[in-house]
Amino acid sequence: MDIDRVDQIIDKHQGEASALIQVLLDIQTENHWLPQEALERISEKLQVSLARIQHIATFYKAFSLVPKGRHEIHICMGTACHVRGAPRVLDTVQDLTGIKPGETDLDMKFSLETVNCLGCCALGPVVEIDGKTHGKIAPGETADVLKSYE
Amino acid sequence: MTRINSPAELEKVRKGILSNRDPKKPCITLCSGSACQATGSGEVAASLEAEIEKQGLGDKVAIRKTGCHGFCERGPIIVNHPAESAYFQIAPEDAPEIVAGAVKDDAVVERLLYTDPDTKEKITYESEIPFYKHQQRLVFGSNGSIDPKSIDDYLAIGGYAALEKALFQMNPDQVLEEVTKSNLRGRGGGGFPAGRKWAESRNAPGDEKYVIVNADEGDPGAYMDRSLLEGNPHSVLEGLMIGAFAIGCREGYIYVRQEYPLAVENLTTAIQQAEEYGFLGKNILGSGFDFSIIVHRGAGAFVCGESSALMTALEGRAGEPRPKYVHTAIKGVWDNPSVLNNVETWANVPLIINKGADWFTQIGTERSKGTKIFSLVGKITNTGLVEVPMGMTLRDIIFKIGGGIPGGKKFKAVQTGGPSGGCIPENLLDLEVGFDELTKAGSMMGSGGMIVMDEDTCMVDVARYFIDFLTDESCGKCVPCREGLRQMLKVLTRITEGKGSDGDIELLEELSVVAKEASLCALGTSAPNPFLSTVRYFRDEYEAHIKEQRCPALSCKELITYHIDPDKCQACMICFRKCPVEAVDGAKKKIHVIDQEKCTKCGTCFEVCPSRFSAVQKISGEPLPPPIPEEKRTITRKSKAK
Repeated sequence: MDIDRVDQIIDKHQGEASALIQVLLDIQTENHWLPQEALERISEKLQVSLARIQHIATFYKAFSLVPKGRHEIHICMGTACHVRGAPRVLDTVQDLTGIKPGETDLDMKFSLETVNCLGCCALGPVVEIDGKTHGKIAPGETADVLKSYE
Repeated sequence: MTRINSPAELEKVRKGILSNRDPKKPCITLCSGSACQATGSGEVAASLEAEIEKQGLGDKVAIRKTGCHGFCERGPIIVNHPAESAYFQIAPEDAPEIVAGAVKDDAVVERLLYTDPDTKEKITYESEIPFYKHQQRLVFGSNGSIDPKSIDDYLAIGGYAALEKALFQMNPDQVLEEVTKSNLRGRGGGGFPAGRKWAESRNAPGDEKYVIVNADEGDPGAYMDRSLLEGNPHSVLEGLMIGAFAIGCREGYIYVRQEYPLAVENLTTAIQQAEEYGFLGKNILGSGFDFSIIVHRGAGAFVCGESSALMTALEGRAGEPRPKYVHTAIKGVWDNPSVLNNVETWANVPLIINKGADWFTQIGTERSKGTKIFSLVGKITNTGLVEVPMGMTLRDIIFKIGGGIPGGKKFKAVQTGGPSGGCIPENLLDLEVGFDELTKAGSMMGSGGMIVMDEDTCMVDVARYFIDFLTDESCGKCVPCREGLRQMLKVLTRITEGKGSDGDIELLEELSVVAKEASLCALGTSAPNPFLSTVRYFRDEYEAHIKEQRCPALSCKELITYHIDPDKCQACMICFRKCPVEAVDGAKKKIHVIDQEKCTKCGTCFEVCPSRFSAVQKISGEPLPPPIPEEKRTITRKSKAK
């Protein structure tokens, strides 16, 4: 990620240390992960130790310290989806992609994450890929859905 | 937009907005909340707009994208104004008929109306549909009629009148007294009286005080706060402003999950509009009261829903809770007095100020006043958000409003209160919902999640699910929660895998006591509830898993085997083709058999087997029937031989 862009984001939040999480969120949203250079720059400009930044970047779920695949799969594991069979959908997706939640495959095609509720409980079980919601999905249908992503 | 400097100017602006609106002009309102967007309301909106253009009705028909209407099961939803007719499950192809129908007096497209599942009759109006009929939508009701991105829409329905009343007709003490008298209790979890919290902060020493909206709605299966923020953000802002005036704050925070992008967007727009009109900033409406609001996006940590953890996160640090022998109302953000209330609690405040505490206390039970929004999800026919007066029975909510359990299945339990709550069994369905009633039953109100479970849901697995969730979300600061939950998860997992042993239940009970007594924050002290409530009401299920290696709900993967009944199998090849691991052996006219070595127990065969055959079965706790001899696998169809 471009360091100038990191600076712009820091400036947008008036360079205040209390805005650290907001700065990291903006970088995560734009870049999909937090590169080391960006973290070092933030540490320098906000006068916050790198250790504290690492603490935050690993504490909150939104942050990733490694690059993500081209497509991000989010499988909803909320209670409503759980009782409607989400664990079996997760098992099937794991088998098909060969990765576990939190991992990215070697071709950088898919990253898999579980989320705790997408709030579309009427559609459960729900799989969201790159922001598109696939609702009422059965384990047997997941292969067809994944095939449509290059 | 011009800045409003006095109550008289506010009334002038309000009148101006109303006079520019023709209440008789047809307006199509379309639900554009997150849940409806997932079912395609964005595409519907685009095709409606194109169709209005195409039919040349640009100045005759308006379209308004509103927040969530609540009936998510049947989304996307359209309500026509002024005719009030309502359409459900709209697809973009329906646009021509909807637009053409909108200019007619009754605005009815018969085909798109709701069909009553019992009487098969078409119902024209939302208010007559069973799902809506039994609700009392005080807080949530405006969601369906206003565009959340338009402050003028909010002003048109009387918005900011409560703020004006508080600033000009009352003093801070009177506002505080009114809220205290209303007995408004916190809608986010514990049910602490809001008035008492406010008073504590107001009386605390210090000049810098804060009011905070807790919109870190983390309970899985609960999304009412999101819908309020997305659909009617000004009602929450107005409540917060009134609270700030009563307590004596100049700054407020809204802590909202970044997983709710539409809520963040609508809130940010609302704040900007409120600033332009002068409802926020310096000398609000010319009253001398200064107040501003900052939106802080949460980066994903369930524990940040806890007040002290949330406040730590606001300071830009990792959100870990701290002991609260000094309340956050006295020492909160940056050690200043801070009042934190949930989204729904704040949204109730304008209602109380407008209509008075006496009106508010008429609704609800003796100790729980007002209404509560529940998110009714799981194995329920009408999934959605429902707002009911406190004191309604669980049975009425689930069966009258929710329409019962789909697929002819039997009700087993309802889980309330999120991960800190518990499961309530069938024999307690006549329980009236209220803070104390639910706690007495071993569950809690929580933020209002209501997850319905049927006979196919395993209660041990549900307990394991929640403990797994909480183990993952424990911040790790204190040992009873961090280590205790991990051990509980180990034992529960082993039970669901059929590896439980005598004494496991007692061990779980012992771990529960320690977590309850010795954890630092509410996450840990309430964490054992899912286990304690399920073992209290469903102990036989635990025992079946431990003693007989049997899952009575036929749900725990390790304890079930899929089997095709040779007497029922018609060799239709559906499961053969759908099995993702090719574990089904068979051919045309050859009875199918599952290769247990290959089977991953994904359940696909069970789901796809036509219900008129129901040949695929789940077996638990008993041996698999002996395999059918090869020579008997061929089916000869007598009827076709003729």
